[in-house]
Amino acid sequence: MAKTHVTMTINGQEVEALVEPRTLLIHFLREQMLLTGPHIGCETSHCGACTVDMNDMSVKSCTVFAVQANGSNITTIEGMAAADGTLSALQEGFRMMHGLQCGYCTPGMITRAHRLLIENPDPTEDEIRMGIAGNICRCTGYQNIVKSIQYAAAKINGVPFHEAAE
Amino acid sequence: MIPGRFDYYRPSSAQEAVALLAKLGDEARPLAGGHSLIPVMKTRLAAPEHLIDLGGIADLRGVKVEGDTVVIGAMTTQHDLLTSKVIAEHLPIIPETSALIADPQIRYLGTLGGNVANGDPGNDMPALMMCLDATFTVLGAGGERTIKAREFYLGTYYTALETGEIVTSIRIKAMSKATGYAYEKLKRKVGDYATAAAAVVLTVSGGKCTSASIGLTNVAETPLLAEDAAAALIGSSLDKAAIDKAVAAAEAITNPAHDARGTPQYRTKMAGVMLRRAIARAMTRAHG
Repeated sequence: MAKTHVTMTINGQEVEALVEPRTLLIHFLREQMLLTGPHIGCETSHCGACTVDMNDMSVKSCTVFAVQANGSNITTIEGMAAADGTLSALQEGFRMMHGLQCGYCTPGMITRAHRLLIENPDPTEDEIRMGIAGNICRCTGYQNIVKSIQYAAAKINGVPFHEAAE
Repeated sequence: MIPGRFDYYRPSSAQEAVALLAKLGDEARPLAGGHSLIPVMKTRLAAPEHLIDLGGIADLRGVKVEGDTVVIGAMTTQHDLLTSKVIAEHLPIIPETSALIADPQIRYLGTLGGNVANGDPGNDMPALMMCLDATFTVLGAGGERTIKAREFYLGTYYTALETGEIVTSIRIKAMSKATGYAYEKLKRKVGDYATAAAAVVLTVSGGKCTSASIGLTNVAETPLLAEDAAAALIGSSLDKAAIDKAVAAAEAITNPAHDARGTPQYRTKMAGVMLRRAIARAMTRAHG
């Protein structure tokens, strides 16, 4: 069965490639594009470690075929920082608020939170928790992940960040 | 987990899609949002030789109003339903339900058409579509026809769709502003299918219930329209006795599987609890 020619814009760069129709987007990104930021966690659409941004949607790239992404605009964790290496507000938030322990879920968490904050720049804690409900942290470090996103929202909105009392 | 090999097609019209399905036969499957089909392809429980991606058919996506009816394209996603002003105004029970389906990432891709056409009794939209008396427009190589949601579900993964037919749109009469409504779902965690869920719409006039419709999710081989339960409410003042009678009538028609969500007895009782909660919330929203 013939390979299909696909073109995509990935992290601002146009790429083209031949893919087997059955190739999942996560395998295409990791193995053909050598972008190993998006992780394979569960492979069953549950954990969210493989989340990437595709045409302004957060998607689980383990449950999308690369051919379905033909012509799309994709951002992975590798595309989050500025060209000079300056961290995005979310990356800085995860660093400052200790938003990761083992770090395995982090690319998916940040990529998902990126879209969440574009759609809802000033979310409540509940909205953050429901917004990242498709991402699982096996270290169960949700408290600091939520704080990291709150830190980023405050920075994006230009207001001081105050940690909520526990 | 890597699916079996298949050929991929991305038609740009529904006619082209059904022509392909007719030509390629039993080994072809339509692909909507993919979040039911791709997981079973990964485990090789499904291994279609041809996949017809409906994602490139712009005409199948979107929401419009025709007279008193809301027409929703089959490829309209759960995220679209959650953010549509038309749906929020005319069918607010739909976003209430969409918000309880899967998780944010899956809702960006998961479609209404896929949810209703798959025939999985765990899906939430089928019982809601029965409750709302929706009509599905389906297209096959032989032409277009309509099927009532209430006549669509014949068994688990078995619907009134013929081989080669696809659902193209869903037509639902707009709810009046005075209609009370609620979808209540018990699930173990975000992303889970319902242990039991209930959809209720009802109207009230002069303290009496003038109409009621009830759908039940994931407590039988198919979604259920609980007609006797609805009948127990109509004409009553929605007092405890009427609600008790409705709950008993709903519990009587369930036949849930014994699975990780609980025993049949437990899931039947939870269907009753969800119905009771949905009626209570619908009552607070009904005017008249």
